Amino acid sequence: MKSYLPLIIGMTLVTYLPRLIPLALLNNRNINKSLKEFLLYIPYTSLSILIIRGILTAADGMKIVTVIGVGIAAIISYIKGNLVLSVLAGIILSFLTINTLV
Amino acid sequence: MTKDRIKEGIIAVLPIVIGYFPIAMAFGLLSKNTDVTFRNTSLLSVMVYAGASQFMALDLIRAGVSAGSIILATFLLNLRHMMMSASLAVEFQDMNKKFLPIVAFGITDETFSVISFNKDKIDLPFVLTINILAYSSWALGTIAGYLVGEILPASLQSSLSIGLYAMFAALLFPEIKKSKNILFLSIISAVVYVILFYSKIFTSGWDIILGIIISSSIGVVIFRKNEEE
Repeated sequence: MKSYLPLIIGMTLVTYLPRLIPLALLNNRNINKSLKEFLLYIPYTSLSILIIRGILTAADGMKIVTVIGVGIAAIISYIKGNLVLSVLAGIILSFLTINTLV
Repeated sequence: MTKDRIKEGIIAVLPIVIGYFPIAMAFGLLSKNTDVTFRNTSLLSVMVYAGASQFMALDLIRAGVSAGSIILATFLLNLRHMMMSASLAVEFQDMNKKFLPIVAFGITDETFSVISFNKDKIDLPFVLTINILAYSSWALGTIAGYLVGEILPASLQSSLSIGLYAMFAALLFPEIKKSKNILFLSIISAVVYVILFYSKIFTSGWDIILGIIISSSIGVVIFRKNEEE
């Protein structure tokens, strides 16, 4: 079997460098106000996108389950603001839905 | 003091640890079925540490794609972390510079989300606790999956992996409740991404990056206007 080591090292570099470079370069520097706002919005925009993407890319039978799991977590966190409780409810409801629907 | 930060870190990272383990197990199992050795499977999780990229790499290995192309695809898929890292740089300004290379290694979609939604608690012990525990869960889950992955029922694996999306929602919705701007920003992001996704012009990875850039830019423009009025 051929060696996967060059592949693994290459993947490591292209994963690590995008994580490191902005952190190293932007640290302790004055950032333009618009850029700072842009950066502060990223948690919200990326999170929304990751959620929508998770639903859109779920396998056909899993789409409804994903929506239900995410939905119940959204509702509970909106009312209670408790992260662990919301996630556990999402997992349990997903599990029950899979075993009854799929 | 440090003890308290570590404790808060453990509480904050718990959903990630619970969510990562079964997904990493699924990766280990799938990697075994792709005929990747135990050593290489472990190295992928220990060195690369990027879930989506690792699954994609297995897909591409199966399809006989060259290493160069797999690395390029990985690069595109992980460019989004560049923006997350830039976003965290604003919050990490007081942190000891020596630790930045270690902290940077641990930035994933999930750790980024949890860290950036606990802005008031950010310091080195808190961030390191989150990164180390999330990473350990991923690495150990992979090894467990390779060795004994067959025993976990598929329905349990699926529902645990949905837990990560549930966590994303549970981070976002309390913020939506607090601020109308964030509600607008979330709706804009969702609409932008759905359009990008169905237009199919951009490959997976690029559509995430563009979606984040476009919707965050729209936010800057719209909210600036509101301030002026």
